[in-house]
Amino acid sequence: MDLVDQLTIFVLAAFVGFEVISKVPATLHTPLMSQTNAIHGIVVLGGLLVIGASDSLLTDVIGWIAIFFGTVNVVGGFLVTDRMLGMFVRKPKPDRDDSSASTPGSSSPREGSG
Amino acid sequence: MAASFVSAGALSLDSDFLALCYIAAFSLFIFGVRQGTHPTTARRGNMIAALGMAIAVGATLATDVIGNWGIILTAIAAGAAVGWIASARVAMTDMPQMVALYNGLGGGAVALIAWSEFRDIQGHGELFDLNVFIPILFSMVVGSISFWGSNIAFGKLQGILPQRSVSVPGQQFVNGLLLLGLIAACVAMAIDNESPSEELFVACLIAAALLGNFFVLPIGGADMPVVISLLNAFTGLAAAAAGFSLDNTALIVGGTLVGSSGTILTLEMATAMNRSVANILFAGFGGAPAAGAAATEERPHRSIGAQDAAIALAYADSVVIVPGYGLAVAQAQHAVAEMADELERRGVEVRYAIHPVAGRMPGHMNVLLAEADVDYEKLIEMDDINPDMPRTDVAVVIGANDVTNPAAKEDPDSPIAGMPIIETHEARQVIVIKRSLSPGFAGIDNDLFYMDKTAMLFMDAKGAAQEITSELGEL
Repeated sequence: MDLVDQLTIFVLAAFVGFEVISKVPATLHTPLMSQTNAIHGIVVLGGLLVIGASDSLLTDVIGWIAIFFGTVNVVGGFLVTDRMLGMFVRKPKPDRDDSSASTPGSSSPREGSG
Repeated sequence: MAASFVSAGALSLDSDFLALCYIAAFSLFIFGVRQGTHPTTARRGNMIAALGMAIAVGATLATDVIGNWGIILTAIAAGAAVGWIASARVAMTDMPQMVALYNGLGGGAVALIAWSEFRDIQGHGELFDLNVFIPILFSMVVGSISFWGSNIAFGKLQGILPQRSVSVPGQQFVNGLLLLGLIAACVAMAIDNESPSEELFVACLIAAALLGNFFVLPIGGADMPVVISLLNAFTGLAAAAAGFSLDNTALIVGGTLVGSSGTILTLEMATAMNRSVANILFAGFGGAPAAGAAATEERPHRSIGAQDAAIALAYADSVVIVPGYGLAVAQAQHAVAEMADELERRGVEVRYAIHPVAGRMPGHMNVLLAEADVDYEKLIEMDDINPDMPRTDVAVVIGANDVTNPAAKEDPDSPIAGMPIIETHEARQVIVIKRSLSPGFAGIDNDLFYMDKTAMLFMDAKGAAQEITSELGEL
């Protein structure tokens, strides 16, 4: 791919990113951040691709650390996001009075005054 | 975890197939993030994004350029083990530093990959094509800044480093010199693209590391939501740059997606503080208390005990709880949720007012309260709860301070003037649970504490919530 093709992908991806992410509600901003954090761990691909051509001990060491960092980033990021989001799933509460669980009007979004 | 894909073997895959796998991977990333717009679908969205990652890694490992399996397998195994253990053990209150740490690791990986690429091209005695070399230099510098900056943010959040602004005179000048030097060195390497010096490259790596340290050290703890968001965007853009140099679409799209998300969150957090991003990053806010603080030490206030607080709450119709970082520090989320449950059992309507910058990262309070099984529909955003405040019987401020300070609205000379706040001072009655009258992060006194309708309950958040719950049981 030449540079212009790459830039095209970059610009389109930026617009898609802004569109999709601006729809995420504030409630989910921490999991969103943690999930996108895991996604940038995709750099581990770079480590995998580069290490094959390594012909010195130093490059081996650099590559090992890069792949290690990237894998922690990916695996840890997705797992911790999953743990967090699991908490947002509504669980049945046997000891809670159901009549108080719904608060009329409490969740209807209003136009904010800023 | 990813090691299981190795069984696909080192068969030679045609590059079109690899490209298709990358398209599948980034489509799943976008779709996964799209599912994150609602709490009921977000978990599945995260799994979809993880599947995209598995496809990208699996397809890459199956190509024939992959070698050095010993290094790949041990690094992946060690990384997966560390990531798995760390994410299983971390407490929800420590989530900001966990995210900072993972973000830093991603940035470190990008910088090291850039260095490997540099050595690879140099080792083959090839000319550094600028289409490849400029992205390498960018990802090296930005990745290194992100790695060290995130580590400092981690240290501050974890309490290893002081939360307050740490700075020396002339620091901005030194940072500016470092940045100029970095740019000059990168331009010099790009001009000498037949045989750029590796020593200069490593020197840039170190200079960027220093810049990352110096850049985050002066920023105080309460501004961390902005810093973490910004560093997240940095790592994303550095990863996208690595995608340019490696000609890898999955990296370009994945990195750009993160860059967008980090940028949006950075701007939202800055808006919520009514400060520009530049002011947050360079002003060293919170380093010295504002002049007004000392003059106002002896103002009259009303102090109450847990029993009085319990009575006030039990006879209210509507209660709004305003949580802040103090709730996270005291690990009080479960105790507060139990108190709210007890009140609801008595027919009191309880809701939570969430300020955008409450806590140490965007949405920090939401995660803590979700951990304590609080229904997310009871967590109301600032703009939606403020119109209801005048009709609220009791506002309970737990571990929050500056985000409730009416001076932001009423005193144009206040350092936080214009910052949107939760308007607790409009409620009929206010109970502030706090250990002392000490000022918040902005270093200014909170007028809310001295209002006639305000009662101070001087306890830590967890103990206070527990005592109020037990007092409620006895009423």
